[in-house]
Amino acid sequence: MFRNNYDNDSVTFSPQGRIFQVEYALEAIKQGSAAVGLRSKTHVALVALKRNAEELGSYQKKIIPIDKHLGVALAGLSPDARVLSNFMRQQSMASRLLYKRPVPVARVVNAIADKAQVNTQHYGKRPYGVGLLIAGVDETGPHLWEFQPSGQILEYFGAAIGARSQSARTYLERSFESFPDVSRDELVLHGLKALRDTLQQDRELTTENTSIAIVGIGEDLKQYDGPRVKRFLDLLGEDGTRSQRAARLDTAMDVGGGADDDDDELAGLLGPGEGTSAMDTTE
Amino acid sequence: MHRTGLSLGIHQLEHTQPSSRLNHHHHHHSTTTASTNYLHTLSSSHLSQHHQDLQIESITMNQFPHGWGRPRDDVYGAYDNSYLNESQPITHTQRPIVTGTSVLGVKFKDGVIIAADNIASYGSLARYDNVERLLQVGTHTVVGAGGDISDMQYLHLLLDNLLIKEQYPADDHQLYAPQVHTYISRVLYQRRNKFDPLWNSILTAGADPKTSEPFLSYVDLKGTTYSAPALATGYGAHLAIPILRRHVADEEAVSNLTQEDAQKLVEECMKVLWYRDARSGVKYSWAIITKDGVTTGSKEIENQSWKFAEMIKGYGAQNI
Amino acid sequence: MASSYLLPHSQPNVHPTTASQPRQHHWSPYTENGGCILGIAGKDYVIIAGDTRSSEGYSINTRTARKVYDIGSGLILGVVGMSADGEELVRKVARKIDDYKRNHDKHITVAAAAVMLSRILYQKRFFPYYCQPLLGGLDEEGVGAIYSYDYVGSFEREQSRAYGAAASLITPFLDNQINFKNQFVPGSNGEEPRPKVDLSKEQVEKIVKDAFTSAVERHIEVGDGLQLVTIVKGVRAEGEEEDEDEREKTAGGGVISEVMSDLKKD
Repeated sequence: MFRNNYDNDSVTFSPQGRIFQVEYALEAIKQGSAAVGLRSKTHVALVALKRNAEELGSYQKKIIPIDKHLGVALAGLSPDARVLSNFMRQQSMASRLLYKRPVPVARVVNAIADKAQVNTQHYGKRPYGVGLLIAGVDETGPHLWEFQPSGQILEYFGAAIGARSQSARTYLERSFESFPDVSRDELVLHGLKALRDTLQQDRELTTENTSIAIVGIGEDLKQYDGPRVKRFLDLLGEDGTRSQRAARLDTAMDVGGGADDDDDELAGLLGPGEGTSAMDTTE
Repeated sequence: MHRTGLSLGIHQLEHTQPSSRLNHHHHHHSTTTASTNYLHTLSSSHLSQHHQDLQIESITMNQFPHGWGRPRDDVYGAYDNSYLNESQPITHTQRPIVTGTSVLGVKFKDGVIIAADNIASYGSLARYDNVERLLQVGTHTVVGAGGDISDMQYLHLLLDNLLIKEQYPADDHQLYAPQVHTYISRVLYQRRNKFDPLWNSILTAGADPKTSEPFLSYVDLKGTTYSAPALATGYGAHLAIPILRRHVADEEAVSNLTQEDAQKLVEECMKVLWYRDARSGVKYSWAIITKDGVTTGSKEIENQSWKFAEMIKGYGAQNI
Repeated sequence: MASSYLLPHSQPNVHPTTASQPRQHHWSPYTENGGCILGIAGKDYVIIAGDTRSSEGYSINTRTARKVYDIGSGLILGVVGMSADGEELVRKVARKIDDYKRNHDKHITVAAAAVMLSRILYQKRFFPYYCQPLLGGLDEEGVGAIYSYDYVGSFEREQSRAYGAAASLITPFLDNQINFKNQFVPGSNGEEPRPKVDLSKEQVEKIVKDAFTSAVERHIEVGDGLQLVTIVKGVRAEGEEEDEDEREKTAGGGVISEVMSDLKKD
């Protein structure tokens, strides 16, 4: 029976040049429910699917506000996300105290990336088991970043992480070119549509399981949960997407299976026309 | 003095060798080797007349629980801790030494003008006459400092380092006047909390590169901060502010003041300071900050008049 | 004897003038920036007002300094004394209130914030913040609350309080106008005290303005402008969502507003 000898720690490369512990961490993200982020010229929105482990329990928080101009959505181990978001909050508050400046989004994202990278290069440490979508607005406008446990960070027009997030990415890839000019509500609507595509066939987006956060130029981060999500879900309505979705599910359903490294790096929308085409369609 | 019955020999030892325990404990200082040997020789030879070797150790050794096994204070003297204090005693600035006098700043409709002369005084001595007290920080900020020159130069070092660090990420973010002012105010307030103030009064002037919005703020050695259309430190607060406020009383007046008028106003105030502030200089630096960046220059007080003030109203005896 | 010149000088305020004598330069980390604040709590509102003059000695530093701050979660804080310490205190309290919201996913109550502020002040018991704060907010019943403090954290909930340069001028005025001290029922021949009533926000705003205009006349450190900050119970704006997220609601449900007006500048 085959046994992997190169995954006992995060400091040993496999002969193929892979660090398995880091890849397992990426798998942990796929265990988490999906989160979608997308950006217009004026706003960034985070839309996430909350899960409750059992009927008797509460729903897992998916969006963590960091500051007035900054928030994150997570997929994976939420305790790890807490550690990272607490750190981001520290950075953010320090920036406000010392310079009276909201921390630039790229800088705080770089800071957690450096933190995460350290865990991939020291014996006895483990990578963070969480992926983050970071939405924020600063001097240079709205920004959406994706953070991975490897320490990799990339900026996106639209991105999705978590279980079956490939379906959401597929949606974003098809429609992201219109994002820059859409309104605040339309941006959220696109996010909801993308998120809906990650649902299993018998599931729905509800006021219970949907979490939304929006931040814009001159507009503080605002989070919507529970009944307040209803307004956005109403916008989503029943506009014929159900059948389209069903059709899409047949061909483009994401499966948290083997890691297709190369595709993963390209997944999402690196820039106009740079998105991936077909992803793993294996069921 | 001694708590247990001691033989005469011990007393003699105490008188001959009240030296520090440090010596007995060898190492540390190479220069003490000789005396260490001396001590050993002395103690063994002297005491062996009455005691066994084993007893010598126990008698010179502290028998009390709190200091058991350590050399006795009444034998060797109190432990000399002085070698531990390797650093100098902490000293704090109690007063400024070499000082600069006023800094002036005036907002106008699309920017700010700031000025400070080039004199650094040592008490009443005009010690240095070519000191630059304005520092450009980044692209749209100038910091002017009055008070202790060495503290100012230390602050310049901090600001230089701050700016270098700020450029590492090479992104589109920059520190502008409000951020620079906040940073300086944090530094100054933290130093006053340590009772080790940076002895300065500082004006930070700048303009927003996008909106052209002028910025002018003050901070001093106690961390006190405030903003106003016109600000001045030192004697300027007494001599220049009344003149400046006549022209820029509020923000509305700022939006009506042209750059040329602001420049003239500052020239006038610098002249008044040159006349009346004994610590001022005839040559001064100025800087104008607008959305397009910083312009700097140097100037001498023009059209001076040192005529007897007999006929000038307000001086001497006059019949109205 | 070497120690003799270290003894206090027999004559006060005589400084040694020759270089041979050691010169002691006493530096104080404290300063006083004048100004005055006033807080009044009503049945369903709170007002904290402050003048906008900031001075040091006989110099007016600025005519536009705010002394009352929105510290988040529907609470306001007025500070007077040394402005640098006051602003530091405000930053610290505002930060802690934000932390509270983040950690507990709800807004802090004014009573809890009051204790927190006391702790923050007491933490610096031996190097106190040189400022007197007034905390204002609506309590959980929506009733106005003013908490007043001394420098090291002693505090008390009060109906009204004036702090700062002209506190001694305003306090007796408040006693009379808010608490009806020395007022009697007409015709009772000074026997029956005028019963206390709840004053409306509009009435109190007038009293506040009168208090300040009077203080300006008699105190050189007060003047320039009046900053009037009020908290009233939030009324849902038209078209606003019915099901408001609990997070958006402050503990007392207060909404903060600010009005600036002029005071004499001389």
